[in-house]
Amino acid sequence: MVRLEPRRQHSQAMVYLSPVLAILMTLVVGGIIFAFMGKNPFDALYTFFILPINNSYGISELFVKATPLVIIAVGLAMGFRANVWNIGAEGQLTMGAIFGGGLALYFHDSESILLMPAMFVLGALGGAFWGAIPALLRTKFNANEILTSLMLTYVATLFLSFLVHGPWRNPEGFNFPESRPFPDAGLLPIIFEGSRVHLGTAVAVFVVIAGWLLLSKSVIGFQLRVVGKAPQAARHVGFRQKRMVWFTLLLGGALAGLAGLFEVSGPIGQLQPSISPGYGFTAIIVAFLGRLHPVGILFGGLIMALTYLGGELAQITLGLPNAVTGLFQGILLFFLLASDVLTKYRIRFGSIAAKGRTA
Amino acid sequence: MGVATVTSTTGEAGANTVKGAGPAQLEVRGVTKAFPGCLANDDISFRIEPGEIHALLGENGAGKSTLVKIIYGVLQADEGELIWEGKPVTIASPHDAREMGIGLVFQHFSLFETMTVLENIALAMNDVRDMDALRKQVLEVEKTYGLPLDPDRHVYTLSVGERQRIEIVRCLLQNPKLLILDEPTSVLTPQEVEKLFETLRRLADEGCAILYISHKLHEVKALCQKATVLRGGKVVGGCDPREETAKSMAEMMIGQKLTAPDRGKSREFGDVRLAVSNLSLESDEQFGTDLKGINLEVRGGEIMGVAGVAGNGQNELFRALAGETEQQAAPDSIKIDGKSVAHFGPRRRRRLGATFVPEERNGHGAVPDMSLSENGFLTAFRRMALSARGLIREVPTKSFADNIIKTFDVRTTGSGAEAGSLSGGNLQKFIVGREILQDPGVLVISQPTWGVDAGAASAIHQALLDLAAKGTAVLVISQDLDEIYAICDSVVVMAEGKMSKPRPMADVSIEEIGLLMGGLHDLEGNATPANNTQVEGGRVGQA
Repeated sequence: MVRLEPRRQHSQAMVYLSPVLAILMTLVVGGIIFAFMGKNPFDALYTFFILPINNSYGISELFVKATPLVIIAVGLAMGFRANVWNIGAEGQLTMGAIFGGGLALYFHDSESILLMPAMFVLGALGGAFWGAIPALLRTKFNANEILTSLMLTYVATLFLSFLVHGPWRNPEGFNFPESRPFPDAGLLPIIFEGSRVHLGTAVAVFVVIAGWLLLSKSVIGFQLRVVGKAPQAARHVGFRQKRMVWFTLLLGGALAGLAGLFEVSGPIGQLQPSISPGYGFTAIIVAFLGRLHPVGILFGGLIMALTYLGGELAQITLGLPNAVTGLFQGILLFFLLASDVLTKYRIRFGSIAAKGRTA
Repeated sequence: MGVATVTSTTGEAGANTVKGAGPAQLEVRGVTKAFPGCLANDDISFRIEPGEIHALLGENGAGKSTLVKIIYGVLQADEGELIWEGKPVTIASPHDAREMGIGLVFQHFSLFETMTVLENIALAMNDVRDMDALRKQVLEVEKTYGLPLDPDRHVYTLSVGERQRIEIVRCLLQNPKLLILDEPTSVLTPQEVEKLFETLRRLADEGCAILYISHKLHEVKALCQKATVLRGGKVVGGCDPREETAKSMAEMMIGQKLTAPDRGKSREFGDVRLAVSNLSLESDEQFGTDLKGINLEVRGGEIMGVAGVAGNGQNELFRALAGETEQQAAPDSIKIDGKSVAHFGPRRRRRLGATFVPEERNGHGAVPDMSLSENGFLTAFRRMALSARGLIREVPTKSFADNIIKTFDVRTTGSGAEAGSLSGGNLQKFIVGREILQDPGVLVISQPTWGVDAGAASAIHQALLDLAAKGTAVLVISQDLDEIYAICDSVVVMAEGKMSKPRPMADVSIEEIGLLMGGLHDLEGNATPANNTQVEGGRVGQA
């Protein structure tokens, strides 16, 4: 018989081992699924996880995909630490793209070097604005931010769709639902020649460092950890939960908005009906894969970016449906949550006869 | 059905046992239990006769809880055996233990908060089919043993004292031949304690063996015929408590001489530092106790005790003073050093020099899975300047925690240890030390030594006395009257959200306090006719 036995103390080792275990289990199950689909599992896994990054361009693409994931996930992790469950980063990303991208469209013939910084600011503001709505609803009416932030995602994506189909459609674009291309001054500089790695990637690294400083070295980071771990202790010392709700939703929203702006002013270069393959949702997995720690999130972001690249390649070379990407991400989250049980419990094999009986 | 009325079943048990003759009710032989890095029980042997009230004494960490868990089937001994009525037995689970006739009132209640009293009782029974019959039995036991409880209340609405009553009732329902009580009197008035003792003595007379675990030695002396003393997992001696003094037993427990707290010279009191006037506040909690017109003044150098049965508004008073409540108290109803703080949050009150120690250590006074350094930072970062420009100053933060650990003799692996890894007594010393080292003008402390071993308790008491001697106003909210007598200069009593007038400690007898705890304010002449129609915990002694 196999039993779960509570540990006397949380296992620190398991906190770090459980993502590794989850990844291994995902590979095993993924292989089995490939086998059922009639593919050689080893070939398929190779195509999915190795082939995308066995050349320098592939690695640069990994950074491109990981950039929005890491930026968003750092913001979300702050909230998750404080028990604020913002799962609407996709919508905040979209609003950031609309605000920042809108500025680029308004000044579509500008050559000013001020355009890019202004877009940064507006992108962050757009995301923060979209995060402020669930914060307001939560603090004023105690509305669950999980629901409100998720629902606002659909509002944001439909709003973007409306804009590119209507008022912001490119007048010279043959009626395609796309905006004008951004002016050069509104495009992120490439930081590695010959790749698509843009300034946003550098910003992502900065966000990781700043996030780490905020979380572990600052008073406000301390407050949000206390609010998350022991709400009563937080109340006792006057760390107000409402303030943390505002702070984390605004910060998470701003970072997601920034990530959205980076997508449209980087790899995409204009506004389109769809600007993200679900980065805002995948970032939730990244945050947990990285143990809600900014440095962990950096690695988590790279791993999840790989599933996007692998999915694309598997589509092209193996003829697998694009849903495989989502499938892998889902399996990974599933195993991650399951492995986390092992930080609080240990597995015991066999049974003491006496313990078999329970009341 | 494991359910039978207590009177009839204990009667049966009494009929076939004669004290001192025949096999022991329970004999523990050479029980040893090791945990990783700790030998919790080391070759423990003792016996309990039927009808005997046997005390198990020992400091926190002496191995009492482990031993109790082994007897109750929660844990299995690595070595040794249990002899039940002359026959070796394996007690594989609490289910088995209950079936054999072992009842246990845990120190930490194992209750489901979202379920009702009756449902919780039903869950602990081995087999319940008829809830209505069970309700009748519960009400009967409650009546017989004077343990008033509404079976349909949800547990989360009950005070600590009321929760304990559930545990006692559900044990009594189960036809116990051996009843184990782990620190049962902490939440009772003296009259209630006496009543509980009557119940226990009657049970013993009927043949039920009782294993009584307490650190209140005068209670052990009053109640028990035998005692086994544990220290560091070993039996270090046995005695007849009736022939010992509380002091001699305490010294046996801790293995060294005990010094009574030094109250110093009779102190001069300074100006009023904490003033509460006509404070009325609705409780944040659905079934909490509203505060009704509380008045008190604590002067510099004074230690005032707030006595009362759990759930009579002490928690609400603490939260109102600490600034944790959602609702604001009326302006000027709370003043610290003459400054009105009723509209201030906890941080501004602390900035004025007030510090607070809540009753619950884990999750309220400290964050269990944060380090001691971080927990030191938690309440002290402003007063001790542990932060600068929004960042945590690592070095002073660590040295503040180290200072607490050193000054208050906190046994731990260091300031990096998680607060949750400390024993109750050590964590309490840390928390009390954290507030005292901030050099407060006003300290409000709730249940300073709840669940804390004798050594730590006397260290905490001494620290409070020393603090007052330096001119701090100290308000001690406690259910432990011994504690109030040991350290307080004056006392007020809370009952049903109201507060009695302050009385100098020297002028008030324990009986009077007991009556006030029962809600009888008439004694002082400011008659508030006690409303006796509702069944409510803590009303005893009015007759």
